[in-house]
Amino acid sequence: MGTISEVFFNADVAGRYWGQILDGLWVTVQVALLTVVLGIAGGLLLAVLKCTRNVLVDIVFAVFVDIFRTIPILVILFLIYFALPYGGVRLSPLVTTVLTLSLVLTAYSAETFWSAIEAIPRGQADAARALNIGGLATIAFIILPQAIRMSIPLLTNRAIAITKGTALGAAVALPELLGSAQSAMSIAANPTPLMMAAMLYVAFFIPLVLLSRWLERRSVRQRRA
Amino acid sequence: MPRLPGETMISIDKLNKWFGDFHVLKDIDLDVAQGQRIVLCGPSGSGKSTLIRCLNGLETFEKGRVNVVGVELTRASATIRQARQQVGMVFQSFNLFPHLSVINNLLIAPRLTGSRNMGEVRDYAMHLLERVRIADQAGKYPSELSGGQQQRVAIARALCMRPRVMLFDEPTSALDPEMIKEVLDVMVDLGRDGMTMIAVTHEMGFARTIADSVVFMDAGRIVETAPPASFFDNPQSERAQRFLKTILH
Amino acid sequence: MSSFLQNFANLDTFVAVLPLLLQGLFITVGLALVALPLALLCGLLIALLFEVGSRPLTAGLFVLIDTFRSIPVLVLLMIIFYALPFLGVVVPAFGAVVAALVINNAGYYGEIFRAGLGSVPRHQHEAGLALGISRPRVLLFIIVPQAVRNVIAPLASNSLELAKATSIASLVTLPEMLRVAQVAQANVYNPTPLVGAALIYFIVLWPFSRLVARYERRTLRARY
Repeated sequence: MGTISEVFFNADVAGRYWGQILDGLWVTVQVALLTVVLGIAGGLLLAVLKCTRNVLVDIVFAVFVDIFRTIPILVILFLIYFALPYGGVRLSPLVTTVLTLSLVLTAYSAETFWSAIEAIPRGQADAARALNIGGLATIAFIILPQAIRMSIPLLTNRAIAITKGTALGAAVALPELLGSAQSAMSIAANPTPLMMAAMLYVAFFIPLVLLSRWLERRSVRQRRA
Repeated sequence: MPRLPGETMISIDKLNKWFGDFHVLKDIDLDVAQGQRIVLCGPSGSGKSTLIRCLNGLETFEKGRVNVVGVELTRASATIRQARQQVGMVFQSFNLFPHLSVINNLLIAPRLTGSRNMGEVRDYAMHLLERVRIADQAGKYPSELSGGQQQRVAIARALCMRPRVMLFDEPTSALDPEMIKEVLDVMVDLGRDGMTMIAVTHEMGFARTIADSVVFMDAGRIVETAPPASFFDNPQSERAQRFLKTILH
Repeated sequence: MSSFLQNFANLDTFVAVLPLLLQGLFITVGLALVALPLALLCGLLIALLFEVGSRPLTAGLFVLIDTFRSIPVLVLLMIIFYALPFLGVVVPAFGAVVAALVINNAGYYGEIFRAGLGSVPRHQHEAGLALGISRPRVLLFIIVPQAVRNVIAPLASNSLELAKATSIASLVTLPEMLRVAQVAQANVYNPTPLVGAALIYFIVLWPFSRLVARYERRTLRARY
């Protein structure tokens, strides 16, 4: 037992590297926030565009959503980081990670928002038309508020899962939490930094996990009411 | 400005509509004067709902003319909007907006269609809620109301646009029996106040109390038009007789 | 355009690396086929432990599930693959990836199955017991099948995510498809292997991805 705490929770190592690891946490937080904002906004935009029922939009939507929902995140990350430079596009690890994660979240949230929009009965749009509310106003004030509310429990789960992908940034040399812990671990020849990173991930994500649990429970209750 | 009674509010002339190959409305002719109350009935699939949905542009039609309070309906969105200003509609499934409170269900259309004086609109909305006897629920959400209450809110919502004509598309068929009366009472009040109404309904009591005439449709055609008493007691066409037998049992 | 194709989808390179990629795919599929049933089984076990209804047990399960839900699967993998050896526990790459995927997904599956079990009406239990069927058998043969049907959408979705997550194995040098593509890319100075791997992933996973989307749509419709 003594060896476990000495190896995995070594105070000396922790004291030497906590600054570096906190820097990593800060990068993780930034990437996570940017991903959520861009990914949700992007998905909402795509879903609204699809409301126009333009054939071209439909095709772009289907191709985009299916590609980014199907190919693993790490593969997309590598494509952007290692393949794009052959086409002359060189993006920093930070931009690569944010771009990858928000493209993926955009695809998922677009699909969820659109499914929610489609799930709203036709009568809602009929009623809005009968009340002389215009097409755009109907989408903005009648359809979207309901669709967003329906999507929230599904999307919080998805958004958490995808923002946890910030750790994948380590694979393209992004000095986020995992990356900085890994480099500290190899220098210190001790796994304490990695355990610190794990604990910080828990501290960062557990409030979100609890929030999503609460949202899901509330929506179940509302459905039963 | 009140119009003289007897002025034509809705005029339908040789209206024809198809859903693909299916001929839903065949040569419909119907005139509705100011203050008239029409009950449309007929077996399901006879085209009665489609007919009233044509009157406010929820459905388009291929042939014929429809004139709604002086507006000749075309496919142009401008004329459809103009017609909708004059026409309120109540649906079978209420179609209240679930994310808005009762009062906001009434206010959203005036707000979005650019009403100037929202204070005045709000007063009028409260007055309407009182009229449908639901003012005490103004702050609640539709899911907290019974079906009958929701439908009364839907009626108030349609009235809030100050329509000249009210359309009712089977307003009581989704309701539990004990709630039908409260909705019909509101509709009867509305008729007594002189509102021009077209109601798709099989409620004979309502038709007898308030309707000027019953229009019976079958297979996309108007088969018979008669005052309620003579229609229910002494239907002329064989199809109306058969239909009345099925709804009486 | 032609130089673009030359760069990104060079047919000669693609044909040359295809056998390697397919070997990698073999390992990728192997990872999924080993990890998926194990994770499902652990999840079902967790859900059944919830059914026991003991308060401390339920609380403990929640703490465990939420903790592992909060840790990225890659971090788990790094701990298993790089930190455990400090204790003298050396896990081979394949085993480490399977372990990380199972630990990460068992909690998700556990919650999904739990929701499924909760969705089966109480009287189904009673009907089974009234027929003289023993409690474990009622659970296994009457309740679980209905529960699974009720949560087929999240089950399918989570399973797809698990299959996609096998790609993290490339980061512990396991020569699955992504790793093979990356190594090949570095050797030929050409991104075609990576593009090829992405294409193969897409071809293999796309039908599942469509299925998941369809299920999700149905769930939302039922929610309105």
